Parts: sequence; C-alpha cells; structure tokens
Amino acid sequence: MTVKTLYEKVWQSHVVKDYDDGTSLLYIDRHLVQEISSPQAFSGLTAQNRQLVRPAAHIAVADHAVPTRNRNMPLAEGLASRLVGRLIENCEQFGIDYISMTDDRHGIVHVIGPELGFTLPGATLVCGDSHTSTHGAFGTISFGIGASECECVFATQTLRQRKQKTMRVTLNGALQPGVSVKDIILALIARIGTNGGVGYAIEYTGPAMATLSMEARMTLCNMSIEAGSRVGMVAPDETTFAYLEGRPLSPEGEAWDAAVAHWRDLGSDPDAVFDAEVELDVSGLAPHVSWGTNPGETSPVSDRVPDPATETDSAKRAKIERSLAYMDLKPGMPLEDIAIDHVFIGSCTNGRLEDMRSAAEVIKGRRIAPTVTAIAVPGSAGVRLQAEAEGLDRVFTDAGFEWRGSGCSMCVAVNDDRLKPGERCASTSNRNFEGRQGQGGRTHLMSPAMAAAAAIAGHLIDVRKLGSSN
Amino acid sequence: MQKFTKITSVAAALREAHVDTDVIFPARFLLLLDKAGLGKHLFHERRQGPDGIKTDFVLNSPPFDKAEILVAGANFGSGSSREQAVWALTDFGIRCVIAPSFGEIFQSNCFKNGALPLVIQGETHERIMRAAEGGNPLTVDLEAQTVELPDGETIGFEIDPYRRHTLMLGLDEIGSILADDADDIATFEARHRSSQPWLFLDDGRLERLFADTRSS
Repeated sequence: MTVKTLYEKVWQSHVVKDYDDGTSLLYIDRHLVQEISSPQAFSGLTAQNRQLVRPAAHIAVADHAVPTRNRNMPLAEGLASRLVGRLIENCEQFGIDYISMTDDRHGIVHVIGPELGFTLPGATLVCGDSHTSTHGAFGTISFGIGASECECVFATQTLRQRKQKTMRVTLNGALQPGVSVKDIILALIARIGTNGGVGYAIEYTGPAMATLSMEARMTLCNMSIEAGSRVGMVAPDETTFAYLEGRPLSPEGEAWDAAVAHWRDLGSDPDAVFDAEVELDVSGLAPHVSWGTNPGETSPVSDRVPDPATETDSAKRAKIERSLAYMDLKPGMPLEDIAIDHVFIGSCTNGRLEDMRSAAEVIKGRRIAPTVTAIAVPGSAGVRLQAEAEGLDRVFTDAGFEWRGSGCSMCVAVNDDRLKPGERCASTSNRNFEGRQGQGGRTHLMSPAMAAAAAIAGHLIDVRKLGSSN
Repeated sequence: MQKFTKITSVAAALREAHVDTDVIFPARFLLLLDKAGLGKHLFHERRQGPDGIKTDFVLNSPPFDKAEILVAGANFGSGSSREQAVWALTDFGIRCVIAPSFGEIFQSNCFKNGALPLVIQGETHERIMRAAEGGNPLTVDLEAQTVELPDGETIGFEIDPYRRHTLMLGLDEIGSILADDADDIATFEARHRSSQPWLFLDDGRLERLFADTRSS
C-alpha cells in the first residue's frame, strides 16, 4: 500500500468514481445550509423538478442575516425577514431540520456543526460559505461551495471535483503568554500571502499544533481560506475524541468505539510526501494586527505602518498605497497609535467559549475607553449560555460592552450590526476587506485578547503591556 | 447553462490585485433572493461614490460599460463563496475574466454559470492588459484555446479539459450526474454506510436531537 496524507485518505474513502479527465465524483456526507447561499439552490431543484435525495445529511440555520438584539421579537418586515422566511419554507418543503434563532441550538454554522457533533473526523462536509474550512480541525475534508454546488449536493449527494495538492504547515516551538492561535494564522498568511494556499489542502501539524485545543484548531483551519486554501485540516487525536464524545450527534456505544478506531488511522503516514512544506516557529511570535485590506497585510503590533516608497515591486507598491488610502493610515506611524471607534468580539473565527474567556480575562475589572463602542457576540447560543453560567456576560457588560445573541453579526455586516463610513474597528473576525464590516468601514484583525485590550486603551496596543487587571 | 464558445468584445482593464468578492459584490446585497438583476450592484462601491454619483470606474463609461471581458490582477475573486459575485458579473454582461490567478471558489462558481475564468500569467497577461487599455476588441476562443489581440497576436491558454467541455456544451452538470452516475452513487453509498455507519444520521440520532421541533 502506498503511503498517504490525511487528506488523501479521506478523499479516497469518498471517491464514487474517477473520470478519464482526472476529475472525481466525491461523495458528500454532510451539508450545513444557511439562508444566504441556499434560496437559489432550492429554487433550482424546484425548477427542474428534482428531489433532495438525503434530508438526513443536512441541517439548516439562519446565521448571517439574523439580528443579535431583541431576539424574541419577530423579525421586522424587510429583506432579512423574507430571506429567513424562505429558508424556513424550503426546510419544511424538503424535510430538513431547521434551527430557529430563538433555539438553544442556534449559532453560526461553523460553531454549531462541531458543538452538535455534526462535524466528524474522516467525513466530507460542505456549506455555501467559505469558512467551512473550519471543520477540517476534526480531520474532515470540508470546504466552501457556491449555491450551484449546494444544489448539486441536494440533488446528487456528490460533487465533481479535482483532488487538491497538499501542503504541510509545521508549527514548531511554543506560544508565549498573551499570544494566541489567531496570531499564528495571521503570521502565516502574512508570510505565504492570501493566495499562497491556492490549489492546496493544508494540513497543520507539529509540536505547537499538538497542544492546541479543538477551539484553537478551528480558528486555525477557519482562516485557511484567507491563505487561499479551501481546505485546512488537522489529524484527529485524543483532544479530538475527548471533544466529540457525548455530543448529540456523535456515535455512541459500539459505534463510537468503531469510529474512534477508524479515526486513529486517518493521520498522515510517517513517510507521506506533501507537494509543499512550510515551517513556522511560533516561540518568538508577537501579537499581530492587520493594517491593510486583506488578511495578508498584517504585522506584529510593535511594528509601524509600512511605507510604500520602500517597496520596489510596482504592483505591490500600488496595493499598499491603495490599502493605506482606504484605511486612512500614514506610512511609518506606529500601529499602536491607531485609535479605534469600535470593537467586535465574535464570528466563526473567534466566537467560541475560549475566545470569550480570553477577552473577559483582559477586561475584567476595567472599563472600555469612552470613545469606543464594543460588542461581544457569542458564536452560538451554547457559547452564550455557558459564558453566562460562568458570569462572563457580566464581565463584558460591567466593562461597557454590549452582550448580544448569536450570529455572524459584524463579521460580514449583512444584519444591522454595521460600521458607518469612516469608522474603525478592532475585530476578531477573519476579513478586513474594503467595506466588509459596513460600507466605508475600516477593519483591523486581531485576537480576542488584543481586541479586548484595544477596547480598554481606545487604540491598538500589545495586550501584554496592559498587565493584570486584578 | 449558457454555452461559451467564442466571444469578441472590448475588454475592461482593472489593474489591481486581490480584488475580493466583497468588492465585486458587497455583502449587504446578499439579502436579495433572485439571481436576476444583480448586475446593478456589481462593484457597487467602486462604481458610485457615497453621494450616489457615478465614479470614473472603468465599467461606468463607453465602450467598457458593454465589455464582455474583464482583465484583472492576481487573486481575483478571493474571499467569500458568494455565487452572487458571478451572477452580478454575468448579469452585467461579462462572460470572461482574465487574471494571473483566482480565488478558488469564485473560479469554480464561474464554470457553473457559463463564465470563463482564464488564468494567464506574467508578461503575456501584461500584454493582454495593455491591449484592453487600448480599447480595441479582443477575441477569446475556447474551442481553439486562444486569445486574439487587436494587433493580430494569438496567445494560447491552458484550461481544465472537463471544464472546457462543460462550458462549450453549456452542460447541466447535475443532470449529467443524475443520468450517468446514479447507479454508481447508490453502490458507493451502500458500501460507505456499511464501512462508516456513524456517518449516516438517519439511525435515530437526528430524530432524537430534533424531536421537539419535529413534533411542533
């Protein structure tokens, strides 16, 4: 038998057939359905009079368009209400389980998939959302697809795909206090670029990876797409099994034992060859913040805003100039001098319990700067309830944060949580694209601890300088 | 799906790398339910200022407001999976984007909508960009796998044979899978269910989890 990588093992176990042209028909085990990418897929089925072949392979939830306030009120008449209403109708018509926004199981697709045990190692999982790479943290081949491909999964339970090349990212060393997995992934993207992973399925490994919790691994895999890679994976291990055991949709009893035995063999063979190798030593890593308009435009917080005049490549220089103009930043200014108006803690990248704890630890006993508006948006109702049981909601509200209901919120600004033109936000989300958090808004990406520190200081700051609040 | 064989058109030049899907189609318009008519929101923030007044963006002025080809910088369509970015392009009339590289999901979405994302790199890309800026028509011929520049130069390109095939025939991929592969899928599914039964949730797990909402 030939040696294989994790990706190749999971791929091979899902190939229905290989075609002559080098593409394969890949079986899709699981599909998370949300309101933005599904209406056109459902209407495609209806128009062609096609069946949805396997309802038990799908779970649906509205996460992008839902408000994070006044959740017990009916949605106000309008586009969002129409979109959520359409999802509910479609789920009823096609027999898919739908989770409403008042349900304790509600949340962002990429937060609730793992929470419910819907995400399992060795599976293929898709969703009409690019951050589906998140689920790769479990050793799942999971990737974002468009609405047409959602329709294909509804109708056939397969997708015709070409196998990706493989890239191994080895994380060496150990993180220092105050530095988190968000800083690792931002540093990696800054290094390989936002298209450095295009065409590859990334596997994360190494001593610094092995010690990461499941939640941290999800953050890592989540942002693989920001490096251009649709797929980011981690081999399942004891940490994975401990997280999954007892989840509502995890296998039980003998099935659990059989599944774990299967999952233990999924890791890349010792001699497996990857098409590309990247190594990153995280020991000296400082907290990172983005200064531009894509996640690769990121630097250690102690740095200065880059000067385009020092860039010799004309295309790169033009990009930096454009980014600084949009972000209204002056070349050479210290990043820590950048004052902010808003703080957003949440999203499928950093809206999990550990993220809330990490931010709460920084703000406990402090008040946010008077110039700042700050919201904490748990990624799911499950995260919210557990955080509330731990008293974290009070920590946030005592510090001057608003504590909200679950959803994508100001990561994508499809609901009413939006920046106004010119406003600047310290954000734990995944994209600092132009207008991403609202038309004309400016985003600086960072970890939850760094965003919390920015809320207190009123400007970007190395969280390690704040010291202990207690 | 609309077939793509050969188009001749002026090409709009967008000399900028990393144009992401939020720039192509801002997120707030994702609340719209239909594919039709999305072209008016294409590059919305680039095409009009905060005051609603048209900018000098390339697609705002003749002859490029009728361009069927867009020549862009590297990593075009990076970011989100929103197929609305492609629907907006095709609704506007753009059938082909030429760039050194693309966001993968955007690229895949193009092929589902009769649009050709053409990867051309280096000096060749620069020649096409300059030709586009010159304002004379180019021809993209998928059958011959060539781009013909106004000065008569012919540039060859590579493309995935399956994707070329589907575009040229305007193939309904779902229809093809259902017609040709249904038996293989059924056979695979039975085998898969027996080797990894925990991947199938119709064994009562889903029913138990949603007992409350199913009964209401």
